[in-house]
Amino acid sequence: MPRPALFVAATGALAVALLPLVYLLIRTGEAGLGRIADEVLTRRVAELAGRSIALMVVVTVACTVVGVAAAFLVTRTDLPMRGAFGVLAALPLAVPTYVAGFAWIATVDGFEGFWAAALVLTLCSYPYVYLPVAAALAAADPAQEEVARSLGRGPWRTLTTVTLQQARPAIAGGALLVALYTLSDFGAVSILRTDTFTRAIFTAFNLGFDRTGALVLSTVLVLLTMVLLGLELVSRTRGARYAGGGPRRPATRFHLGRLRIPAVSALVAVGLFALGVPAASLVRWSIAGASRPGTLAEIGAAAGNTLSVSLGGALLTLLLALPVGLLTARAPGPIATLVDRLSYLAHALPGIVIGLSLVFFGIAVAYPLYQTVWLLALGYATLFLPLAVAAVTGAAVQAPPVLDEVARSLGRSPFVVLTSVTLPLMVRGIGAGAALVFLTCVKELPATLLLRPTGMDTLATELWTHTSTASYAAAAPYAALLVGVAAIPTWLLGRRTGLT
Amino acid sequence: MLDAQGLRKSYGPVLALDAVDLTVEKGDLTAVLGPSGCGKTTLLRCVAGFERVDAGTVTLDGRAVAAAGTHVPPHRRHVTVVPQEGALFPHFSVRDNVGYGLDRSARRGGRVDEVLALVGLDGYADRMPHQLSGGQQQRVAVARALAPRPPLVLLDEPFSALDATLRTDLRRDIRAALRADGATAILVTHDQGEALSMADHIAVMRAGRIVQHGQSNQVYEDPADPWIAEFVGEAMLLPATIANATTVDTALGRLPLRGAAGAAGRVRVLLRPEQLSPTDGDLAEVTRHEYHGHDTLLGLRLADGTPLLARVMGQRTPPVGASIGLDVLGAVRAYGDA
Repeated sequence: MPRPALFVAATGALAVALLPLVYLLIRTGEAGLGRIADEVLTRRVAELAGRSIALMVVVTVACTVVGVAAAFLVTRTDLPMRGAFGVLAALPLAVPTYVAGFAWIATVDGFEGFWAAALVLTLCSYPYVYLPVAAALAAADPAQEEVARSLGRGPWRTLTTVTLQQARPAIAGGALLVALYTLSDFGAVSILRTDTFTRAIFTAFNLGFDRTGALVLSTVLVLLTMVLLGLELVSRTRGARYAGGGPRRPATRFHLGRLRIPAVSALVAVGLFALGVPAASLVRWSIAGASRPGTLAEIGAAAGNTLSVSLGGALLTLLLALPVGLLTARAPGPIATLVDRLSYLAHALPGIVIGLSLVFFGIAVAYPLYQTVWLLALGYATLFLPLAVAAVTGAAVQAPPVLDEVARSLGRSPFVVLTSVTLPLMVRGIGAGAALVFLTCVKELPATLLLRPTGMDTLATELWTHTSTASYAAAAPYAALLVGVAAIPTWLLGRRTGLT
Repeated sequence: MLDAQGLRKSYGPVLALDAVDLTVEKGDLTAVLGPSGCGKTTLLRCVAGFERVDAGTVTLDGRAVAAAGTHVPPHRRHVTVVPQEGALFPHFSVRDNVGYGLDRSARRGGRVDEVLALVGLDGYADRMPHQLSGGQQQRVAVARALAPRPPLVLLDEPFSALDATLRTDLRRDIRAALRADGATAILVTHDQGEALSMADHIAVMRAGRIVQHGQSNQVYEDPADPWIAEFVGEAMLLPATIANATTVDTALGRLPLRGAAGAAGRVRVLLRPEQLSPTDGDLAEVTRHEYHGHDTLLGLRLADGTPLLARVMGQRTPPVGASIGLDVLGAVRAYGDA
């Protein structure tokens, strides 16, 4: 595709993806400064902000400790059954937070509030730290450690001054991901009845006489997210200088000695809390739930709905991602970088905010779309565009421009080159990306809750509805199905980082 | 065959091509030789049609393919390329790669096997690219470029990714294949040895301009300026004084001039290490040896301290510390001090 056409297409795709955000800001602006001040400068907003930020800090610190420790034990020590623990430590990513929240509240009576949410979020999101840090430690050049040892540093000094320094960008990146994720989480906090921004936005929206409150809260949340994104960008730029070649040789492993048993016990305990409790709870309630009459038809309908909206969402996302990804891969430069970064912005925004903005957008601007699955698909596209862009960019590497040039020089027209060389080489990568987006759409909750046409239930919304009325037996089959679906992208991710 | 006139191309503030003229005769292999960043790859991309020229014309076989208001797209130019790392289509077999630029009848007519035999790869047609070594991949890339019998083949540093021993054989075979097929080709390279051993003509490029274009031996023996002299081989530039129209006086005695004296008075003359041959005498002292197997490069110092290099073949190597005399073979070229 010639570059100007590609550029126009990419800009168009980006405009669609950023629509909700822009609309949110416009609507908030329309409310007027006085009104915004009235809404923001209240005791309630201060409380919400305090609780959201406290939750974010607690979860991030806990995830960093658990994630770095697990990564170090798995990659750099003589821990027994390292391979099995390596996979086990990544698996909690497959449990959507609202499923975990449901599993815990259905197992432990009165399990709710701040610390309950903090525990569940930590158990579900520490792999965001574990995976990159384990990859960084596995890829770090052992020669640096050997130099430190040869210069007279002991093993522990080497660990703190060299090894962990090599993993620092990965630790920072992972921790920021956890922070972003905690701030945007809706499922776990609302099931565990912890009032943070996301839950308050949903409540304010559902009360519904005057939705300005929900808008203003969303804007505050967006601003908090932007601060985190800025930090993330800085850490990524700083981290670039650490990037090295692959591993040349495995590093020498620490001998745990007497610490063996405590280390194994700690990893087993994390595994039990993160996976054992949800599994036991799901099995127990599923047995109770599956015997109810009429359940299967209900589950079938919800599964069908999930399938069709997720398919629509994945296709739309891919369609928008193609020009953006090709532009980033084929015409790198400041504009391509900007387009790429902007597409990540929407990804970092909480699903509840995207959902809310699109509801307003649908009512006021695009009424024909309102209450159709297309608005929901647009929501998915906005949220998951970067996943698809990354897949397209990765696939484009398989078809470098020099192959196009050779094909052109051999007398083939651009269209023939596209169909005989470029697309055949990219099709596998794009397919994998589409599958990933599809599976991510399946487990999405907040935007689906807000944007689904009235009366249409998906697996995620059924689980949410049944849990909020404490019908745990009815909720369990949905939870089990969702965990099954969510496990697939986790497995792919684990395979890509080379841990499984 | 190829006639490029006044080519100009800039990327933002960077002028990559600055009024480049290049002519290549039919059946000729011309090397475009220059250091990295001199614009040689840009020149190749402009000829292939991957880049639009800002000014100037490219004429192929009498057909203007790039001129003011004209830009024939790459697939209508019939100019094929061999990129640096081969760039074989990874999802096609060797046969499909080589046949990619052929129409159906030519594919059936055995042209694929013919060019594969030319590059020494008969019997490899059904392999996939990842089953080939780097050198074999490069041979396939050449066969693919030759298959449609293009009026012009462009080779962009095709040997730079290969190791030295492999490179020598490959150069020889590729040269033979191009000649056997009667192809006209341009080879872009920064390796003077590659340019000298393969090309009929060399165009030396520097900072977006072609500074000398001539037969390979002419560029080596009679470089247009001292920079070119040092770029295409080992060069010594010795201070000298013009004696008369045909000779100069140097620390090595009176030497015959190649061509006209040009400037009068103080000049510098070009000597190559192989022009100096040790004899009996005490003109210079041997200061060091640089042993290359087939020859040895002697480091020498004249009585006035001037350092020199002499290349000697085989066993006739005087030891370090010895005093020797020097014969100068052939004539020297003089450059006025700029």
